[in-house]
Amino acid sequence: MATETLTLGKALNTGLRRALENDQKVVIMGEDVGKLGGVFRITDGLQKDFGDQRVIDTPLAESGIIGTAVGLAIRGFRPVCEIQFDGFVYPAYDQIVSQVAKMHYRSQGKVRIPMVIRIPYGGGIGAVEHHSESPEAYFAHTAGLKVVTCANPQDAYVMIQQAIASDDPIVFLEPKRRYWEKGPVDLDAPLTDAYPLHSARVARSGTDATVLAYGPMVRTALDAATAAAEDGRELEVIDLRTLSPLDLTAAYESVKRTGRCVVVHEAPGNLGLGSEIAARITEECFYSLESPVLRVTGFDVPYPAARVEEEYLPDLDRVLDAVDRTFGW
Amino acid sequence: MAKGDPGAATRSKRAAPRTRRAAATGEPELVQLLTPEGERIETALGPDGTEYRVDFTDEEYRGLYRDLVLVRKLDAEATALQRQGELGLWASLLGQEAAQVGSGRALRAQDMAFPTYREHGVLYCRGIDPIMPLGLFRGVDQGGWDPNEFKFNMYTIVIGAQTLHATGYAMGVAMDGKTGGEDGEAVIAYFGDGATSQGDVNESFVWASVFNAPLVFFCQNNQYAISEPLERQTRVPLYRRAGGFGFPGVRVDGNDVLASYAVTRHALDTARSGQGPSLIEAYTYRMGAHTTSDDPTRYRIASEVEAWQAKDPIARMKAFLLKQQIVDESFFTEIDEQARTESVHLRERVLNMPDPQPVSMFDHVYPHGSPELDEQRARFSQYMESFEGSAH
Ligand SMILES: Cc1ncc(C[n+]2csc(CCOP(=O)(O)OP(=O)(O)O)c2C)c(N)n1
Ligand SMILES: [Mg+2]
Repeated sequence: MATETLTLGKALNTGLRRALENDQKVVIMGEDVGKLGGVFRITDGLQKDFGDQRVIDTPLAESGIIGTAVGLAIRGFRPVCEIQFDGFVYPAYDQIVSQVAKMHYRSQGKVRIPMVIRIPYGGGIGAVEHHSESPEAYFAHTAGLKVVTCANPQDAYVMIQQAIASDDPIVFLEPKRRYWEKGPVDLDAPLTDAYPLHSARVARSGTDATVLAYGPMVRTALDAATAAAEDGRELEVIDLRTLSPLDLTAAYESVKRTGRCVVVHEAPGNLGLGSEIAARITEECFYSLESPVLRVTGFDVPYPAARVEEEYLPDLDRVLDAVDRTFGW
Repeated sequence: MAKGDPGAATRSKRAAPRTRRAAATGEPELVQLLTPEGERIETALGPDGTEYRVDFTDEEYRGLYRDLVLVRKLDAEATALQRQGELGLWASLLGQEAAQVGSGRALRAQDMAFPTYREHGVLYCRGIDPIMPLGLFRGVDQGGWDPNEFKFNMYTIVIGAQTLHATGYAMGVAMDGKTGGEDGEAVIAYFGDGATSQGDVNESFVWASVFNAPLVFFCQNNQYAISEPLERQTRVPLYRRAGGFGFPGVRVDGNDVLASYAVTRHALDTARSGQGPSLIEAYTYRMGAHTTSDDPTRYRIASEVEAWQAKDPIARMKAFLLKQQIVDESFFTEIDEQARTESVHLRERVLNMPDPQPVSMFDHVYPHGSPELDEQRARFSQYMESFEGSAH
């Protein structure tokens, strides 16, 4: 079994390579994805090996990238589109929400758009504005789209291939600040045996409170759990992985045991994923809850200047503070 | 061309070589008043027959040279500050000084500019303190200046968005009856070669055209959009795009400060007099990386950079000043000294830029606040205070 230690970025790169090898109809398109290999090098070397017909440097226009990918999909291709940064997806928002999401529905199932829209998202890298946003709620709110996000190299490697193989249009959110974090990746495990794409997974078992997180915040939640354990409190951390559809089966089971639940995300709290999750947990686990479901999120302000992003972003302390509050209720 | 169109065959035959010729020569048809060797050209003809010339005094020539050198030096200082961790990022204008100084000096006091994130040279020529945009790059703010106070909009990072803002502003100028004559107002929109592919830019062309907006589209074609060369954005010279939208376009040698000035002044004056928009393509080259995060060796070859080095905007101006005996060597020493002083001054002030208070992130979300957000801010302050005195 070939298990290698890869960064999350390299795991994505390897997953994309596999997808290009396995299906001639897979094409990668985006700004600077070819010769440069993407500004984060996620497509590094792919144009060199698969040619510029399959790894396409597009003109600088996001609406154009997604709109032409719709046409390619109708023609039978499986486009994998890269949006360079979260804050630059909005010129394509119309194409994604009005076209990509609705084709299957409008055609009564006759048209499939097996498209993957990769978006590096989230903050914590000290960037200038428009480079640190968390737009997941916009997409999760749109019926017809699926939204997933990975938190570790193994999932990055598997999930990107599953997303490409899926017949649904999928917004694939990549936690950019975790691109350089390393972990073991099993490169041989067949995709058919892999953990299903649209399912959450327990990242750490615990008995005292449940912490739900996804993408870049999974690491933060795990760190919080480690710190809490030193104080004698065992947190169960669940990596949600799929944001639309949500898979809360494991969460319900967990909260029914622990009676306490904290949801963590970087995106602003107001109408964020946490709102929907808290509502569902409350509906499903009402009689087991010892306290309300609490949310630890970004604030309801535009993503702020880099020098204050540390205070904007949920961190270990804020997660633990919320856990404490569930106990103080 | 549609099948069955009787003229199709002959017309396409006639058109084909013309297109090829333009592409094959490689030499753009550009307006130039100062050659790379520093030779003055008296008059240059634009594609529509417009005659471009400048009539500067020696003092004005010296002033342009000073601008070029200062702008380059301050830019180099910002790059150094980024390397030392004092800025999070820097988008260098190296190589594009003439396009920016020429167009920037062509603006009249009443004119309004809409920059991208690279127009530090235009900003300088507007008489604005070069420290102003550094807060954005240091990460202490996101602009924070009043566009109307400086007649210079905040930097726009989302590619192309500002061209629509410029168009709307220009429509407003016309609606206010502020066009016509010498003191009419004009607007200039800066953008890059890559930006020309964006929907926003093409929409701004449509809007400006049908509303006859007093606007100059100033495209700095620096040959790259990060790693993507011009050919990824266009098959025709960019200035020719204007024709299809119904306004004139001209390609100028963007490394020639005199020609950049001349074409911009003409276009601005055309706009201010109420004769509508035009497009200037300043043909230039990004000598450095896209930003300090970029590694251009991955996508372009050294010989290409060297070829453009020979067209350097400052070297040709220097050669001209010397040849014409407008200055002697002491002038250059004096300018270099001034540039050094100003860049040291800039550096000191960057180092002393305070970090914002974390709670300030809640400021200015709405003009009149919001009760919800006020509550969030209060909770945040309380939370932050709970750490005071602890190790945090
Ligand atoms: C809408 C949008 N998409 C992508 C980006 C990322 N990006 C920043 S600069 C740039 C290239 C811009 O090229 P060009 O317009 O030629 O301007 P230049 O940087 O060369 O001055 C890209 C793709 C962005 N800022 N905005
Ligand atoms: Mg460019």
